[in-house]
Formats: sequence, structure tokens, C-alpha cells
Amino acid sequence: MIRIAPFLGAALIGVTPSFAAGPDLGAVQQQATNWPAIFMFLFFVLFTLGITYRAAKGSKSAADFYAAGGGISARTNSLAIAGDYMSAASFLGISGLVYSSGFDGLIYSTGFLVGWPIVLFLIAERLRNLGKFTFADVASFRLDQTAIRIISATGTLVVVAFYLIAQMVGAGKLIQLLFGLPYLYAVVIVGALMIIYVAFGGMKATTWVQVIKACLLLGGATFMAGAVLYKYGFSPEKLFASAVQTHPNGEAIMAPGGLVSNPIDSLSLGVGLMFGTAGLPHILMRFFTVSDAQAARKSVFYATGLIGYFYILTFIIGFGGIALLMSDPSYFKLGADGTTYNKIKDMIGGTNMVAVNLANAVGGPYFLGFISAVAFATILAVVAGLTLAGASAISHDLYAQVFARGRTTERAEVNLSKASAVGIGIVAIYLGYVFENQNVAFMVGLAFSVAASCNFPVLAMSILWRGTTTWGALIGGLVGLVAAVVMVVLSDAVWVKTFGHPAALFPYANPALFSMPLAFLTIWAVSKMDRTHRAARERAAFDAQFVRSETGIGASGAHAH
Amino acid sequence: MSTRQTARPFATADARTSNGALDMPEPDHRLDRIAEHPIFKTLVHERTRFSWILTGLMLFVYFGFIGLIAFDKALLATKVGGTASLGFYMGMFVIVFAFLLTGIYVARANTRYDRLSAELVRSLAK
Repeated sequence: MIRIAPFLGAALIGVTPSFAAGPDLGAVQQQATNWPAIFMFLFFVLFTLGITYRAAKGSKSAADFYAAGGGISARTNSLAIAGDYMSAASFLGISGLVYSSGFDGLIYSTGFLVGWPIVLFLIAERLRNLGKFTFADVASFRLDQTAIRIISATGTLVVVAFYLIAQMVGAGKLIQLLFGLPYLYAVVIVGALMIIYVAFGGMKATTWVQVIKACLLLGGATFMAGAVLYKYGFSPEKLFASAVQTHPNGEAIMAPGGLVSNPIDSLSLGVGLMFGTAGLPHILMRFFTVSDAQAARKSVFYATGLIGYFYILTFIIGFGGIALLMSDPSYFKLGADGTTYNKIKDMIGGTNMVAVNLANAVGGPYFLGFISAVAFATILAVVAGLTLAGASAISHDLYAQVFARGRTTERAEVNLSKASAVGIGIVAIYLGYVFENQNVAFMVGLAFSVAASCNFPVLAMSILWRGTTTWGALIGGLVGLVAAVVMVVLSDAVWVKTFGHPAALFPYANPALFSMPLAFLTIWAVSKMDRTHRAARERAAFDAQFVRSETGIGASGAHAH
Repeated sequence: MSTRQTARPFATADARTSNGALDMPEPDHRLDRIAEHPIFKTLVHERTRFSWILTGLMLFVYFGFIGLIAFDKALLATKVGGTASLGFYMGMFVIVFAFLLTGIYVARANTRYDRLSAELVRSLAK
């Protein structure tokens, strides 16, 4: 058996494998209060609150709230997409994974990136042409509003819930380490700020928070990777040679290690990462903030470049950590004799602190403070994006279309969305508190699997296949959702580690290889068997949808007025 | 002004609000004109083909990489030059390749497909 899911989740929430393997995740030590980091973070908070205030004054309509008025440029949107996607986890977690096992970190870097071309080729432009605020607009374009909005909103809320719990718990732990603040403070601060950004500033404020965070993170990571390469005369070869000499595993760090040893599990991980990206509701929402399909297309291109560049940087940072930190005892908890230490297990704060400790090594305590503040800002931006996606699903999909059946005012809908953002924030704080000492490492993996097995098949089939009917999409989406969740619950990470059963009932860590094709197959089979009048009408309505999805003729334009 | 109306240009799009009703959508002549238009057909045919080819390439390269990691670790461990392994270069290649593919698609879409779309809109306006 191999441990892909814990690795994945661990990498994502910034808790390292060595932690995940332990009995609990609560083993972090609260550090001394880090004042430079706190001041820099306060500056970020004040600045973004100023932006939120301005955005709130200018946000009146539903289009402003959900889609920033549709007037975001392709370049700005690409930074916002990158900001939404580059979590603190990918920064700290992947650089930590590279530090402890070298090459294996690349498996995640590539997996997280390769979903983007798929989004561009199959989804992005059609999504922009057909939809207005949420991906459910698109999936329900010619299908039954009630049924499709319910399944889309459920998929959205499940993804948001698991992703949020993982981020909240990760935030609490990280902030204990980075700032020396108690866990509960950290969770409450993150929750309160995300409520303010989303409820007052809507998509406009959320977008600019993402953009600023993306610039800070890319800037900080560039400086660190640059400083590492500078020490080795800008020769990656010299850096690798030094890392291989220093690392206890030596040459093995340049080759695939134990992370992926089961072919089925590695394929399943790949499927989940690749197609999960194309089903993440907070990412899909970003395509409605640009004016047209052309801008949507360009923003994916720029975003792919930014995200790919970022993952190359994390790789260099991880190797820099090996080369520059491993031989310096001041970054480790020393053993009983005061001189020996395990180069991987004994790093102060765990290996998820590699990037942070490296910041100190290459830039001193103020740069350390800067990187800590950036890590916190990163979490904050990601949870704000998730909250907005969840609030939109509740107000725009469930309330306006399902309960009120379109008989509501724009004002009531936006107000409900703001109230939902407050509600989601409070629930997230509560769950973050409850799950403090639980193993949440599998949750981000589960969020990606649900996105790949419910949201993506429903969306892709409704756009691309004429034969899709409401019954097909509804039942197929439900089957994918339930299959993904049940398989993860029965897997080692939950069934054995959390519930304490002796053996896992589902042998693999990642369900997507099975649950995603199952969803597609169910949508296809049920649609084929659907002989209702409604199904006939829905197939007939495909032409109109097709023309609009391919040309954008009739698409809702820039909402700015 | 409301964006709700602009979002539903065709009769079919309006029909979607009446849940469960059995009314077939009113035939829309503008829609038929577009769907049968030769430029529209060319545009859709070319773009669909191109995007599925690129999708196939991305799947092949990524799952090829994952497949090698799963089945042939020794190959990836081979040294190329000094310390860097073949696997390292392949991983970097996957990242750069993904970016290049999006670039190739956008370049073609910005020129060929946007021009076809513009021609289509012009000829519909006649």
C-alpha cells in the first residue's frame, strides 16, 4: 500500500508527510511572537480592506457582486486565477515535499498544472459564452433549472466545504508556527477577514485580493529562488550536485521514490488533479469576470504560464532548502547529545517550514517576516475565493432559481449572498475549531476528486454532448459525488486512520480513476434511456446552446454600466 | 439595466424557465441561419478538431510521464550530463509543454478562429 492521499493532502495544507504519518497533526509548537511578520501582515490587511471599502461603494448590482461587473481584463484575471490556485499549501507543501524526497515533488507540480490546458481547450470559452455568474448557469442552460442547479450547487458546496476545512485547519497550524498566535485566534482572524472581503466587496474585492496576493507570492518566491541560484552561480547543475551531497538519500532524490509505487493509484491521482482543476467552482467563476470568450482564453494562457513558473520556483526552493539548510544545525531540533539531528524529521516546525526557514537563510529576519505574511495572505485569498463560490451557489443557484423560481429581485438575491458569506464564514470558523486535532490531510484530495467526479462531468456533458438530458446529468452527477465520497471514506486515510478499523475496504487512496468514468457513464446511460418529452425538448435545444457556446452570439456581455 | 434579458437571446433559452412544461421552443430562424452557415460549420469543425488534438497531446504527455514513474523508475533515474536525471528534464518538459500548448491554441484562436467568427458575424448582418 502506498500513501498518496495523505501525501496529497499533506502537501496541500502544508503539513508534511512526517506529520501526517504521526498520530495527530497537533504536534506543532507555538513559536515566539514574530513581530515583523505581524506588522507586514497588518499592512496587507489594511490595504486589502481599503480595496474592499472602495469595491463595496462601487458594487450595486448582482453582476458587480458575482462577476465584478464583467469588466476585469485578461491580464488581471490571469493573476487572480493564479492567486486562487496557488495555495499556501502548494508553496510550503510542495517545497517541503521536494526537500524531503526530491524528484517526487514534481509529480504534484506537474499534476496541478496539466489541468489548465484541458480547461482552455474544452471549457473556458464555452463557459464564458453560455454563463453569467456560476457554472450551474451553463450546466442548466438547456436542462431543467431546478434539478441541475441542485446537483451543481451540491457539488459546489461539498467541494467548498472540504477545501475550506483543510485550509482553515492548515491556516491555524501555520499561524501558530509563523506568527506565534494561538490556533483559535488564527482561525477566527481568517474567518472574519474572509467574511468582510466577500460580504462587503463581492467579486471585485476578492479579485483584487487574489491579484495582490499572487504578485506578492510570485515576487517573494522569485527572490528566494533567485537568491538560491545566485549562490550557485545560476547553475542548476551545481545546485543539484550540492543537494545530492547533502541529502541523506543522496542520488535517490533525483529519481522517482516511494511516493508513487502503485500504477493504479498514480493514474488515479493524475486523473483527480487534472480534471479536478476543471471542476473547481471558485476557479470556474473567474471566467465570468472577463468581458468575452477571447479574454477568457487569454487569461488561461497567462495563468498557465504564471502557475507553471511558480511550480518551477517551488522546485528550486525545495532544492535550495536541501543545499543551504540541511547542514546548518540552527534550523533543527538537536538530539539528546546536542549535536546530532535527523536532517528531515527534525527541522524546526517540520518540513513544511522549509520555504520559511530558507527565507531567513537567504534574506534575514525581515524577509522571513515578509514570506510569513505572504503565506498568511495566501490562505486568506484562497478561502475568500471559496467562500464567494459557496455563497453564489446558495443565493444564485439554490435561492433565486430553485426556491424563488426566478421570482426574486436582484437586490434580495445579492443580500442573501452576503448573508450566506457570513454564514459560511461562521461555519468555517466552527469547523476549523472542531477539526483542530483531526486528520484533515485527505480533505483537499477529496475536494479535487469530487470536483472531477461531479462538477466536471455534469458541466462537460451538458456543454459537449447533444444527448445529455436532465435525468442523465442529475443522476450521473449524484453517482459521481457519492462514489467519490464513499471511496475516500472506505480508503485507508479515513476508514483506518480516522475510524480505527483494521483494514481499508477501498484499496486505493484516490477515487477519481473510478468515480469520474462512472459519472460519465451514468450520464450517458441514463440520458440514452430517458424517453420523456422533456428529454426530447432538451436534445432539440442543443442547437441553440451549441451556436451560442461556439460563437458567443447572444452571450451576456460586459456587465459594466 | 438588467443583464437577465441579454442572457437569453433565443426562444429555447426562455423555454428553460418553464419547468416541466411540454411546449417545444419556437423555431428561431436566425439560429437556423447560423447553424447551417458554411463559415460556422468551418469554424466549429476546425476548432473542435484542433482542441481535441491538443487535449489528446496533453493527456498523452502527462499520463506518459506518470506511467513512466509508475512502471520504469530506472529509466527516469538515468543521469543526463552531470547530476540531473532524465526524470527531472521530463518533469520540466511537462510543465513547459502544457504552457506551450495553451500558447499554440491561443495563437491560432486569436488569428484564424477570431477571423472566422468576425466573418460570420459580418455575413449575418447582411
